[in-house]
Amino acid sequence: MATRPKPKDLVLILAREFASKLAFAVFIADAEGDLVYYNEPAERLLGRTFAEAGEIRAAEWASLFKTEELDGAPLPLERNPAGIALLERRPAHHDFAITALDGIRRTISVTAFPLLSSATTLVGVVAIFWRLDDVGSA
Amino acid sequence: MKATIRGCRGSLASPGAQTLHYGGNTSCVEVRLDDGTLIVLDAGTGIRDLGLSLATDAPRTINLLLTHLHLDHLEGLGFFLPLWRPDTELHIWGPPSPLDPLSARIERYMSPPLFPVLIRDAPAALHFHDVPDEPWSIGSATVSAQHVVHPGPTVAYRVEADGAVIAYAPDHEPALGGPLVDGRSAWISGLDAAGGADVLFHDAQYSEDEYLEHVGWGHSSVADAVAFARLAGVRRLLLFHHDPLHSDAGLRLLELRARELWPDADEPPEMAVEGAELVVTADCVSRR
Repeated sequence: MATRPKPKDLVLILAREFASKLAFAVFIADAEGDLVYYNEPAERLLGRTFAEAGEIRAAEWASLFKTEELDGAPLPLERNPAGIALLERRPAHHDFAITALDGIRRTISVTAFPLLSSATTLVGVVAIFWRLDDVGSA
Repeated sequence: MKATIRGCRGSLASPGAQTLHYGGNTSCVEVRLDDGTLIVLDAGTGIRDLGLSLATDAPRTINLLLTHLHLDHLEGLGFFLPLWRPDTELHIWGPPSPLDPLSARIERYMSPPLFPVLIRDAPAALHFHDVPDEPWSIGSATVSAQHVVHPGPTVAYRVEADGAVIAYAPDHEPALGGPLVDGRSAWISGLDAAGGADVLFHDAQYSEDEYLEHVGWGHSSVADAVAFARLAGVRRLLLFHHDPLHSDAGLRLLELRARELWPDADEPPEMAVEGAELVVTADCVSRR
């Protein structure tokens, strides 16, 4: 039979299905930091559908959206909640600004947490984005 | 290798006049490799009958592979005759939990007041193993376990031996992870365990209508079992984990529905029948 793509970890599968049902933006990255899914509300933030973008390698995230502190200072990965969840394996929360493909700068509040399928096994990261400049919409 | 279905009922043992043909014992499949190795898939009430059949010529080493610890997959263990023989070496494999070791979780059931004897006091030499992430060897078989969609830690097993493959996913709701369609196979639970199997034992507890009332309960409709098996490219699908409320007549109708859904199957899907023996080789699957 034809070669099948590498199966996703079950926790990622369930996280994706869960995210697909939510009305606010959710991003899911795997243990390598590759963006493996984002839901429809997240598509509005990024200005590109997941069907168009597909999975995005960690190194290519920066081309999709620019992140910066609310005062305009650079926001390095190690201070980004998703980066903290990935690198330090702990939940994190931070308010910052994002400019996506549509060129609009939005202020957002992000909570990210690591997906640990065992005490030592990181299978990915979930990041939840809340818009601060348009409370009530995702 | 040979697979003997010792129990294929789901949720609760269901003996009675309405279940005589397909059987009322809960999940247990005996797998005998050509080298004589005995692998037992799950310890539902069907394992009691297997134990009795081993009364005179039980192999010293028995490998019991538990998909998970729900009672219909565990409740027969205390009545498995080799457990009470000091010359038995019983290796019990199961999915790891982030909290307690496998032995402690099994002992919650096999301890008073739920069971009169502590499992640790059983005469057999017991060895508990969390299933590893990578395939491992049991006798001449290569065995692998894949975590699958079902409440709590649950795995599907893949047993490769003697040029053939048996896959076993008795409790599995892959549709909960998204549509069972081509093109998203990386996102479908259990597909690696089942891929290209000669025989797949797969959860088919519900009719399509019943499933709509049981989404998230961890079980599949016949239609989803067929869709999963087609995506996995299996040779023969054995529909498993029959609902306790389904009579023999009802199961026959579900079997017809499965065949209607997969009319071009090389070998038509069929309902698992307690007591059936399947000889599985690289060339064919024959039923005795």
